[in-house]
Amino acid sequence: MSTPSEPQLYAAREPIFPRRVQGRFRNLKWGLMAVMLGIYYITPWIRWDRGPAMPDQAVLVDLANRRFFFFFIEIWPHEFYFVAGLLIMAGLGLFLFTSALGRVWCGYACPQTVWTDLFITVERWLEGDRNARVRLWKAPWGLHKARVYLTKWTVWLLIALATGGAWVFYFTDAPTLLRDLFALNAHPVAWITIAILTATTFFFGGFFREQICIYACPWPRIQAAMMDEDTLTIAYRDWRGEPRGKLRKGEIAPGQGDCIDCMACVNVCPMGIDIRNGQQMECITCGLCIDACDEVMDRIGKPRGLVSYIALSDEIHEKTGKPAISVWRHVFRPRTVMYSVLWGGVGIGLVALLLVRTDLDMSVAQVRNPINVVMSDGAVRNAYEVRLRNMHGEPRAFTLSVEADVPVDLVLEGIDGPTVTVAADALLNQRVYLIAPPGSPAASAQRTDLTLRAVEGTSGQVITTDTLFNGRGN
Amino acid sequence: MAGDDKKPDPNGTVPEGGPRPPVEARTEENLVSPPSRHYPETGPELRRSARADPPTTGHSWDGIEEYDNPMPRWWLWTFYICIAWAVIYMLLYPAWPLVSKATPGLLGYSTRAEVVREMQDFEARNEVWFQRLVETEVASLREDTELERFAVQAGRAVFAAQCSQCHGAGAQGVQAGGFPSLLNDAWLWGGTLEDIHQTISHGIRNEDDPDARWSEMPAFGVDGLLSDEEIDQVVEYVRAMSGQSHDAALAEPGAEVFEWNCAACHMDDGSGNTDLGAPALNNQIWLYGGDRDTLRHTIVYSRFGVMPAFTQRLREAEIRAVAVYVHQLGGGQ
Repeated sequence: MSTPSEPQLYAAREPIFPRRVQGRFRNLKWGLMAVMLGIYYITPWIRWDRGPAMPDQAVLVDLANRRFFFFFIEIWPHEFYFVAGLLIMAGLGLFLFTSALGRVWCGYACPQTVWTDLFITVERWLEGDRNARVRLWKAPWGLHKARVYLTKWTVWLLIALATGGAWVFYFTDAPTLLRDLFALNAHPVAWITIAILTATTFFFGGFFREQICIYACPWPRIQAAMMDEDTLTIAYRDWRGEPRGKLRKGEIAPGQGDCIDCMACVNVCPMGIDIRNGQQMECITCGLCIDACDEVMDRIGKPRGLVSYIALSDEIHEKTGKPAISVWRHVFRPRTVMYSVLWGGVGIGLVALLLVRTDLDMSVAQVRNPINVVMSDGAVRNAYEVRLRNMHGEPRAFTLSVEADVPVDLVLEGIDGPTVTVAADALLNQRVYLIAPPGSPAASAQRTDLTLRAVEGTSGQVITTDTLFNGRGN
Repeated sequence: MAGDDKKPDPNGTVPEGGPRPPVEARTEENLVSPPSRHYPETGPELRRSARADPPTTGHSWDGIEEYDNPMPRWWLWTFYICIAWAVIYMLLYPAWPLVSKATPGLLGYSTRAEVVREMQDFEARNEVWFQRLVETEVASLREDTELERFAVQAGRAVFAAQCSQCHGAGAQGVQAGGFPSLLNDAWLWGGTLEDIHQTISHGIRNEDDPDARWSEMPAFGVDGLLSDEEIDQVVEYVRAMSGQSHDAALAEPGAEVFEWNCAACHMDDGSGNTDLGAPALNNQIWLYGGDRDTLRHTIVYSRFGVMPAFTQRLREAEIRAVAVYVHQLGGGQ
């Protein structure tokens, strides 16, 4: 397409038909796609035994009960800092990868890229490679075209349905939900979520593709701020390739660069750009042009790497004829080391927190309206709202006692004796009364410091909380 | 001329801007060329350095220019769809403000109606629990932990709305007004769940409910039942009974006055009688106060504390809920 002579305000999307390519990066992408899609689809079906009262799904975001389960880890709302820490790690990880390897997230791991890749693969299976697809696209509508396109859209829709369907399984018990979905009595939220994700997957993967990356996604624009002259990115060694020109078999073309202008790099590009034009905002650095060019270089007996992962500083360096700088020297530099240290620091912090956190906890809030109650015999009573947390999969019994220098009795509201049982994976609010006998020091003093103590029966774990007692002198 | 020669220079260099081999590679492989966007036609004749500048808007700030790229057409369509959406939305939902209200919209939606509906939903869900409260024996309302939890939460709300005005937000009572504390172990009319339920249902000394708890202390002073001296004596005796400082010389004859005039309701030992709402006088808890002036005022003028009957104001389930709430405040028997 040439630049329109008259400026147009709006441009239609020009469809892209990437050609099939083989090579290192294509294999890497296949592998990553298999691993990532596998993780995404299989994870909700992994079971993990946590005891009879608890869900047995290994990874479960239980929004209704405000719990997040990840294998042996259970996160309660008050531990949201773990999620915050993981988000910080995800952010720092992206900084690290972007400063070292450019848009590697976009090229290999972004769901938009992975599902688009999958959709293109389906398209290729059904319609053939690039030329066949272009021909079919240009052909007038007929029975054959309609049949092929309908088949393709159906397969896309099924993939999209599986994608949207898999998402909801992370939020509730997967086998139950699947049964409910087939019995048509699943919760409306599940249906709406599936419908929205199916529609977006179908549309974004099948028809919108590179438009998301170019126009909708903010991440590519942010990444530019994290790249520098040492960041590895995909580029064309124009000092080696130019002047480009056609190479006839058995002919030696002196004075000509290594680029034979075969358009292989352009034809395989899912973003529809020409890498030889230099760095472009559309490039997601998927590496497919490298594979395409390497294949051609092998065929014409030239060294690989005409299109390759290089840094901007390599251009100045290599143009003077010096040998290429090692990839590792680009990757290991103060900036990336700093990001790694930060990333690792947050990670170590989270693991440490995970190891030191307690499964049993007690918090005490004194009732202050009124601050004390005088009993008929003259004893003085204080009330405390005690919150006991049991994060285990089975019920746990806590025996409460009070540690004080002066006599103070402990009574639980509604329970005989000092022991209270907290159900599995639950929080219990128990009102506790401390009673200072008539005329005792605590009864007459203004304030007495003391400690509430909870001993858990199974583990013997002791939890103490300091609090105070308001006597009549108050 | 040599420059017109299509063949490359045998020295291995191509003159800048010189001829290139013809581009005949563009056979079937390249039926569709890549989208142009702001890049002009890329051909072998264009070196990166010599690429033609893309069109700009012509604006220039400090030498920074602005590309004049076309918008994607789908963006235009989403814009039109948004406009259509807005028009449909305005027709369906309340939109344009008028003088006293807004245009109603074809769906008849209103946030107010939504709130009413949500509250009805909420009530319907609670109804199951209220039903269980009514169906359960009053005495065993606290035996079912789940039901108790519901009753305490519902009762807390009822208490805040109906009871806290006199008994205080923390149920500690207001001695100056003779409103008893509900937290301690002393009860005028009994502290079991059933007693509390009865008191809340029918109230105390009110004219509205024939089943209201009723008793009346005589005004010993103003009605001339006791002389001033006798009143002084019985005040000292009551103070002795509750372990307060007292004048033993006056308290001794006061015992006899008490036995003849007070013990019928307050019992011989002053332990009170919950059947008559006669408070215990031998403990540390005073409804109106245990100092000499207050005691004397109580005996001279009597007291007549009134509590309304709540059967007219609350549903049975609410009365039961608040009874459970009061019972679990620390004094329940």
